[in-house]
Amino acid sequence: MQSFTLQRPSGLAEAARLGAEGGEFIAGGTDMLQLMKEWVRTPDRLVDLDPVLDPRIEAGPQGLRIGAGARMEAVAVHPEVARIAPAISEALLESASPQVRNLATMGGNLLQRTRCGYFRDAGVAACNKRRPGSGCAAIGGENRIHAVLGTSGQCIATHPSDFAVALVALEATLHLAGPDGERDMPIHHLYRTWDTHPEQETNLRPGEIIAAIQVPATALSRNARYLKVRDRAAFEWALLSAAVGLEIDGGTVRAARVAMGGVGTKPWRMRAVEAALIGKPANDDSYAAAAAHATEGAVARGENAYKITLMPRVLARALALAGGAA
Amino acid sequence: MSLIGQPLPRVDGPDKVTGRAHYAADFPADRMAHAAVVQSTIARGRITGFDLAEAEQVPGVLAILTHRNAPRLGKIPEIPPVDPVGTPEHPLQDDLVLHQNQHIAVVVAETLEQARWAASRVRVSYAPEPAVIDMQATLRHARPASKDEISAKPGNVGRGDADATLASAAVTVDSLSVMERENQNPIELHATTAQWDSDGERLTVWDKTQWVQSCAKHLGAAFNIPPERVHVIDPFIGGAFGSSLRVWPHTYIAAMAAKVVGRPVKLVLSRREYYGGTGARPWTQQRVRLGADRDGSLQAIRHEVTAENSRYEIYTENVLKATPILYRCRNVDLPYRVALRDVNSPNAMRGPGLATGVYALELAMDELAVALKMDPLALRLRNIPERDQMKDLPFSSISLEQCLTEAASRFGWDRRNHQPGSMRDGRLQLGWGMAVSNYPAEKVKATARARVTAKGEVHVATASSDMGPGTWTSVTQVAADTLDLAMEQVKLSIGDSALPMAPVHGGSMTISSIGPAVRDACEKLRGAVYGAAGVNTGDILEIARRIGRDFEAEGAFDPGDLEERFSMEGFGAVFAEVTVDPDTSEIRVRRITGAYGIGKVVNPLLARSQCIGGMMGGIGMALLEQTEIDRRSGRFVNGNLAEYLVPTMADTPALDVTFVPEEDRNVGGLGTKGLGEIALVGVAPAIANAVFHATGKRLRHLPMTPDRLAMA
Amino acid sequence: MNTQDSHTAPAPGVTLLVNGTRHHLAIGPEVTLLDALRERLNLTGAKKGCDLGQCGACTVILDGKRVNSCLVLAARAQDRPITTIEGLAADGRLHPLQQAFITHDAFQCGYCTPGQIMSGVALIEEGRGHDEAEIRKHMSGNLCRCGAYANIIAAIREAAART
Repeated sequence: MQSFTLQRPSGLAEAARLGAEGGEFIAGGTDMLQLMKEWVRTPDRLVDLDPVLDPRIEAGPQGLRIGAGARMEAVAVHPEVARIAPAISEALLESASPQVRNLATMGGNLLQRTRCGYFRDAGVAACNKRRPGSGCAAIGGENRIHAVLGTSGQCIATHPSDFAVALVALEATLHLAGPDGERDMPIHHLYRTWDTHPEQETNLRPGEIIAAIQVPATALSRNARYLKVRDRAAFEWALLSAAVGLEIDGGTVRAARVAMGGVGTKPWRMRAVEAALIGKPANDDSYAAAAAHATEGAVARGENAYKITLMPRVLARALALAGGAA
Repeated sequence: MSLIGQPLPRVDGPDKVTGRAHYAADFPADRMAHAAVVQSTIARGRITGFDLAEAEQVPGVLAILTHRNAPRLGKIPEIPPVDPVGTPEHPLQDDLVLHQNQHIAVVVAETLEQARWAASRVRVSYAPEPAVIDMQATLRHARPASKDEISAKPGNVGRGDADATLASAAVTVDSLSVMERENQNPIELHATTAQWDSDGERLTVWDKTQWVQSCAKHLGAAFNIPPERVHVIDPFIGGAFGSSLRVWPHTYIAAMAAKVVGRPVKLVLSRREYYGGTGARPWTQQRVRLGADRDGSLQAIRHEVTAENSRYEIYTENVLKATPILYRCRNVDLPYRVALRDVNSPNAMRGPGLATGVYALELAMDELAVALKMDPLALRLRNIPERDQMKDLPFSSISLEQCLTEAASRFGWDRRNHQPGSMRDGRLQLGWGMAVSNYPAEKVKATARARVTAKGEVHVATASSDMGPGTWTSVTQVAADTLDLAMEQVKLSIGDSALPMAPVHGGSMTISSIGPAVRDACEKLRGAVYGAAGVNTGDILEIARRIGRDFEAEGAFDPGDLEERFSMEGFGAVFAEVTVDPDTSEIRVRRITGAYGIGKVVNPLLARSQCIGGMMGGIGMALLEQTEIDRRSGRFVNGNLAEYLVPTMADTPALDVTFVPEEDRNVGGLGTKGLGEIALVGVAPAIANAVFHATGKRLRHLPMTPDRLAMA
Repeated sequence: MNTQDSHTAPAPGVTLLVNGTRHHLAIGPEVTLLDALRERLNLTGAKKGCDLGQCGACTVILDGKRVNSCLVLAARAQDRPITTIEGLAADGRLHPLQQAFITHDAFQCGYCTPGQIMSGVALIEEGRGHDEAEIRKHMSGNLCRCGAYANIIAAIREAAART
């Protein structure tokens, strides 16, 4: 890595100010250091969030409050997380490795950058995320892992976080701290889609920091499940994934929350699938019929066409799991 | 009791579990400087300029070498059996760019961080030329390999009239398959530490290499000094799987950098730099046509391979080596074609050639069994060869039938429902598949030295290496056994070019070659000690102490005319069980049974480790591994270890290994046939055939990833 | 021990507490813990296999937890206890997992081994060393290209049973 200055703020407010002044944040560092070592990012000032982020995990009547400084591993094995939102535990335990999970923070997990191989190779000229206006090498290239939803001619990268997919399904809220004060943001407002500016990935303002994550405790959250599909059995980002919560009463689906990962440019909420489930009998036929809506608007770009084939099957399976199937 | 055949723990175990085992990047040196390479970002063309201004401003920079100022290298030699035909890269010697991620400059600095930082700031301008990368475009210009290019590959000789026989055969199959490029990806990064003596006449190199003496010869030629003045040291290799057979450009670059700055220089390639800085198992397309009688007797085989190659060298391998000997068959045709593209040259990866060829052949055999409505095991048993029909020689020994029946029995093959898609475990589809494995029992000339000191210490030395199979241990066993000593009484030295001549550590021939050389040295040493004492029995340590001087003996092994008298081959059989998730298209291997007839097993504990390692390698080849090269630019899209997928512990199935007893008195040496390669060869086809059995879908493209299964 | 880099960034540098010994290094914030251990302290037991947290060969125990030392800035490990493979054997006696690796031949080339052992020691501490399914899942951050996994599982189970 190149030489840089490591700034150590004394609190979140100071950190936010340093960020607004152009410092790049580092928390767990597991993604930032990868990007810096590969010269994808070359900050000359890093603002160390580690000492100022809240690492606590708390369960209350409102649900879970996860400090953004909590480590992935700590959240993954926390008994209250497993009880209130098992989809979060599952998503985290299927993510990365124990070593990475011991370092990576929850806030950093949400802000990790895409695994697109063209984005991560500084020797590739065309990447609109790295060099706005330079083009997208993944279109027409090796795009097996790329998105089929929310793409544009500018970029077809997926967001790689498993955890974020679970949060979108559970309708979590982010607590933000910025140079101008604090605010709350629903998780689905965090990520942008891009027609023109794929380098702008989130709706965070300059200097704004994810301070905590609030997950509501509901009947839905308690039986939500996370299903991940990948080539090898561990230590791989998802090819596709699904986070699904169902509320079933008397054999009928009363409420549903469905999100998919690995298929969209951001964790993708499947509202048409949810709508198709409400009032239907909780059985495989209903799940399959509803899951067929998952591919609405999906566009294949060559090697990722299989995702459109697999989405309904994977989602139907995840629905069956959330519905109580073995 | 003989130590040969005992399951002894590794003698280097304590060093390896404590971090004391030193690999190429682990050797300290005073005033060490660090180097980092700059790699090309075009696939083909010329370098028109370097802008070094920004790089030179990075603190600590000692030197930046490009083709404009780097020391001139002599001609790099071609040393068989490793180097391909053609002109190897002579790094930093001219402005030509032959492939992506080619080293085109190097920065030397005080620290590693400074070197890498400055390297990232070297600006390069190019005059690019049109490059052809895409395999489909490349295939249109594929051509037959010339005689020179395949001279060392005897598998390329056919017999009879395959085309005519296929035209009239009762049952035929025509099986097309593709294997993606694979990278060896040893976990150890490629590294060289180079240090010149103060007079600049002697070079010491700590290098990740499978052949220390070839490395010394290459460097000697390149720097115009006798190879004896190049000292190459590599006592431990952190895995190689073929990736350290050749001397790669960065090794010369490290030595050049050390020469220019007059200090020791350490150069470690990053994982991304490795993909362009070394080689890879080539992308291949194979077409296998089989013709058989209704009873399954093979009448004709036509096995054609087309393999990717670079434009500056032609690397061919034994893809077609097994085909003419594995089954009894009169008519065999074996065309080998090469398809040139603007990439770095491929090279040997574990089970070179045979891993590729046996995959396609055994896929076709499985298809033939389906066409014949025959048990795939019975089809193999029907066609077991009596002798090597290609060389027209008897086998030194062949246990293929025993391997097949033993593995089938341990696996429980008789409970298989042969109908594809018929077996289930709950939601999951279950598949059982099998394949044959084979690798030649190669052995070549080798030498060793044994010495007993007046103090009663025994030292044994040979310039071989240990990349993991257990050379440290198995050679110590041979020496201790011959001298009737305990393991801990023998001190072994390997991995040093100054030691007695030994062949390349690869091709499963290490113990078969240096084992008998060490035994010979030890027998001669014992003879010398007994002779001096006038006895013909007794403890040589005690006698040496009593006489009060050192004794030394040189030993050698020469296979002589063995190759002309016998066909020497190891055989094996592999059975695999897979599950396929019909919802997710995920394929997982649940268990593998392998049985091998490989002659004498020197150390069953280490031999089993080799085999389970080969099985894991086969799982990677079957399900995970592919080097993704952008079809337009030639960039390595998954040039790391997160997206280039190798098996993890979670991918580990139940692994069952057995060795059928095989006392081979014809094979020479210690009676060993080698194990490292055969352990991998049959695994991927067994898994591929199991996937067909589970799903009824014939996947013809390795690796069999969920996307390929979903779209099949 | 005081190791100087002639051109690196400003003092005061970093103090690392490695295997019970305090080391002051005059290094800048861009140096990773792995490179500090290997290139400054000559503790080469932790290996570099990818430098990106993708292989596990550099695993050390930091503050009682296993981490990829290549993904830790040395400056952020200041004054926190670090255990490397060199610090595992107590008074020259191998840790039970080190011994079990030898007994079960849980390695071939040995390059990933220090990382496997450090990861395994932590896994046993986490209480995950008794169940094979848990071991397989939670050791998957340590790649072994020689494919010794089945033997590593056996070694961890034996060591876990003894501790």
